[in-house]
Amino acid sequence: MADSAHLAQPSSTDGQTRRDFLLYATTAVGVAGTGLALWPFVHSMNPAADTLALSTTDVDLAALQPGQAITVVWQGKPVFVRHRTPEEIERSVSEDTADLRDPQKDADRIQKPEWLVLIGVCTHLGCVPLGQKPADPKGDYGGWFCPCHGSHYDTSGRIRKGPAPLNLPVPPYAFTSDTTIRIG
Amino acid sequence: MRKLIISTLVAAGLAGTAGIAQASEAGAPLMTEKWSWEGLFGRYDQAQLRRGFTVFHGVCSNCHSLSLVAYRNLAAVGLTEDEIKAVAAERELADAPNDEGTVLMRAGRPSDKYISPFPNDQAAAAANMGALPPDLSLMAKARLGGPNYIYSLMLGYMDEVPEGAEIPEGKYYNTYFPGHAISMPPQMMDDLVEYADGTAATKEQIAKDIVAFLNWTAEPELEERKSMGLKVMIFLAVLTALFYALKRQIWKDVH
Amino acid sequence: MSGLKINNKALAWFDQRLPIISMMHHSGVEYPTPKNLNYWWNFGSLAGFILVVMILTGIFLVMNYTAHTSMAFDSVERIMRDVNYGWLLRYLHMNGASMFFILVYIHIFRNMYYGSYKAPREVLWWVGILIFLAMMATAFMGYVLPWGQMSFWGATVITNLFSAFPIVGDPIVTWLWGGFAVDNPTLNRFFSLHYLLPFVIFALVFVHVWALHTVKSNNPLGIDIKTPQDTIPFHPYYTIKDLFGIGVFLMFFLAFVFWAPNFFGEPDNYIPANPMVTPPHIVPEWYFLPFYAILRAVPDKLGGVLMMFGAIIVLFFLPWLDSSKVRSAKFRPFYKQLFWVFFADCVFLGYLGGKPAEGWYVPASQIATAYYFLHFLVILPLLGKFEKPRALPASISAPVLKGGGPATAGAHAQPMEKA
Repeated sequence: MADSAHLAQPSSTDGQTRRDFLLYATTAVGVAGTGLALWPFVHSMNPAADTLALSTTDVDLAALQPGQAITVVWQGKPVFVRHRTPEEIERSVSEDTADLRDPQKDADRIQKPEWLVLIGVCTHLGCVPLGQKPADPKGDYGGWFCPCHGSHYDTSGRIRKGPAPLNLPVPPYAFTSDTTIRIG
Repeated sequence: MRKLIISTLVAAGLAGTAGIAQASEAGAPLMTEKWSWEGLFGRYDQAQLRRGFTVFHGVCSNCHSLSLVAYRNLAAVGLTEDEIKAVAAERELADAPNDEGTVLMRAGRPSDKYISPFPNDQAAAAANMGALPPDLSLMAKARLGGPNYIYSLMLGYMDEVPEGAEIPEGKYYNTYFPGHAISMPPQMMDDLVEYADGTAATKEQIAKDIVAFLNWTAEPELEERKSMGLKVMIFLAVLTALFYALKRQIWKDVH
Repeated sequence: MSGLKINNKALAWFDQRLPIISMMHHSGVEYPTPKNLNYWWNFGSLAGFILVVMILTGIFLVMNYTAHTSMAFDSVERIMRDVNYGWLLRYLHMNGASMFFILVYIHIFRNMYYGSYKAPREVLWWVGILIFLAMMATAFMGYVLPWGQMSFWGATVITNLFSAFPIVGDPIVTWLWGGFAVDNPTLNRFFSLHYLLPFVIFALVFVHVWALHTVKSNNPLGIDIKTPQDTIPFHPYYTIKDLFGIGVFLMFFLAFVFWAPNFFGEPDNYIPANPMVTPPHIVPEWYFLPFYAILRAVPDKLGGVLMMFGAIIVLFFLPWLDSSKVRSAKFRPFYKQLFWVFFADCVFLGYLGGKPAEGWYVPASQIATAYYFLHFLVILPLLGKFEKPRALPASISAPVLKGGGPATAGAHAQPMEKA
C-alpha cells in the first residue's frame, strides 16, 4: 500500500517541509494500516474456536490393571495413562534425588501415585516414545524409550538419558470420579 | 472526484440489477420491522436474543435442527457456562465406538453442535408428514427478505383459506410462503412461552424475538463486523485524505 | 534501462547479473506516462490491486476449506463462524470478486470510450480480453466451491452449455463433470482450477503491463506522445494518484464487506446443494447477466451458446471493426453518443439477464442482443467512414484549444497523425 517513500524534489524550503511532513505522515499511516490489515490473515492460521473448544477428553480407568497403560487422544496428541505398580511408584520416588536433567519430584507430577498421566510427545523433536505396550522397549529406566533419537524416560516420565531436554509434560486433568479422569 | 462518484453510482447501478427486493417469493410485500441490528451501528439486543433462544429452545427445536451452531456459541446469547452444559446435556448423540466396538449414546457437550431432534433427514420428514423441517442456522440469510421474511411467515397464517386457493389436506395457508401451502402449522400465539425477563409474550413479540435469534445464528459475526467496519472506515478516511493532500502537493507543478 | 545509478555496491553487483532493480525502476519509476490521464485511468491499477487481494484472501481461505461435496458447505460455514477472522477473509473474497468485475468493466468501457484498443495497442487489448476470459472462468468455478444451491445449479447449467454442440457436446459435458452429473469429481477439479487460474491471470497481467509499456499509455486526447514535455515519470506522479484511487476504492469495497456483505450474493447459496431440487429462480452472478441475457435471447440452444461466445469473440476484432482513425470519443461527436447508447444497451442486457425469460423481457432481450452486435458489426465499421471528427490538438502539452472553436489550432479533421 504505502511505498511512497523517496519522493522529495526540492522546490522551496517551505514547500519542502510541508511536503516532507505529508510524506512521512502518509507513509507512517500507510505502513501501520498495512500491518494491521495483515493481522487477520496471520491470526486465521491460529487454532479456530471449534478447535479450542475440543479441549477435554474423558478417560475411564476402571479396566486398567497395575502395570498396564492406555493411550488416549487429547487435542490431537497422544496422552499416556499408566497404572503404576507399587515397585514403579517406589522407584520413581527413590529417584527423586538422582541426577536429573529436569529436576522434578515424582509427587509434583501425579495426583494419585498409581496413576501417571503424561503427554506422550518426546520433548526432543516430537516423536511418540515407546513403552505403552507390554512388548515395547521401556528404556534403561523402566519408563519410555523414544525410538527416533534414543531418549530414555523413567517411571515418572522424567528424562534420564538421550537428547531430549525436558520431562514428558503432565497435561491438566482432574479426577471426576474414582475411576475416571477428564483431561483438559 | 465527480467522475469517481459517477463511476460509483454506475457500479452500484450495475450491481442493483441483482437487487434485493423486499417482496416475498409469493409476491406479497413483506411485513417489515425495524430490527436493532440494522444500520451502520446496528447491534443485537442481548435480552431479545435470550428471549429468542427461549422460543427456539422451547418450540422450534422440537422439529428444526440448528446444525451450524455449537452449544458453546450460546454464551453470546447470554447463557452461563452451567446453563450451556445443561442445554447440551438434554440430548444424546452417538459416541465414538468404545473399546469393545460398541457405539453408545452420550449426552451432548458444549463443544458439540446443536443436536438435531431427529437422527437423520428421513426420520425428520417421516415424523412431519413427509415434509422435512429445514435447518434454521442460516435461515435469515437463505431467504429473500431475510429477517422480514421469517417475521412475515411467522405471522402470515390465515385461519380462513382465501377464495380460490387450494390447500391440500394437512397443509396450512400462509400469505408469504411460496405457493401459500405450508406444512408447518401456525406456531405463534400469545403466551406460547414464558419469558424470564417478564416481557409480555404476545405473538408479535415472540415472532420478533425468534427472528432476532435466527438472525444471530445466521450472522454471529455481525457486531464484530460492524464495529470493525467503523474503525476501518475512519482509518481509511484519514489515509485517503493524506493520499489526496500528498497527490495535490506532488502534482502542483504539472500543467 | 537508463537513468538509474545504483550506489550500493552489492545491489549494483546483483543488478548487473539480474537487472531486477533497473527493470523495476525503468517500468515503475521512470516509465514516461502522459501527463493528462484522468481518473478513469486509475482502474487498471485498481484491478491489479484487487487481484492481489483476491489471491491473498484465497490462499488463506484454502487453508480451511474442504473440497468435498459432503464437507464443502460446512467448511465454509466453519470459516465464517470458528476460524479467526474467517468471516472477514471470506466476505473480502466474495465481494472482491464483484469488485474485480466492476473495476474491469469500467476499465473496458474506458478503453472503448478513448479508443485505446486501436493501433498500436491491439495486442495489449487482446491480452486484456484474455484476462477477462480467465476471470470469468475463475469466478464461475469459485462460485461453485461453497456448494450451495446456486453453486450446484450454476455449475449444472453452465457446463450444460457445452452440450449444445452436436456430437461432441455430450461427451464433453461428461468429461467436464467426471461423471454423469455435477458431483464430487466436478467440485474437486473446479477447486484445482480455481486455485490455478488466478496465477495465470497474474501472469497475463504481467504480459498486459509489458505490452502497455512497449506501446505506452493512451490518454484522454487519444493522440500520441510527441515530446518529453507530454509525459511525466510514473513515480511519484502516478504512484500517488493510484494510491489515492486505492484509498477511495477501499472505502467503497469495504462498505459492502462490513455492512452489506451479501448484497451481490443470492440467498439460495446459503442452502446446501441439493441435486434433487432446483431453486425456482436461478440466475448467475450479476457480472454474467449481460451474457446470460444474450444466451437466452436466442430460441435455439446451439444458437444461443454461439451468440454468447460470439459476444466476447467479437471483441477481439474490435480494432479492425472500428474504422475511425481517431481514438478518443472526445473528437468523435457521433461515436460519443453511440458509446453511451452501447453502454446503456449492456446495462439493459444485464437487467434483462436477471429477469425470468417471459413476457416482454424476451423480445426486449432480442432487440438488445441485436443492438449489441449491430454496434460492433455495422455501426463501428460505417461510422468511421461518415463521421467527421473534430480537430485534434497538436500535442498533449498544448491541447487546450482556447475558445474551443473547431477552427483554431491545426486545420480540421486531420484524421490521426500516423496512428
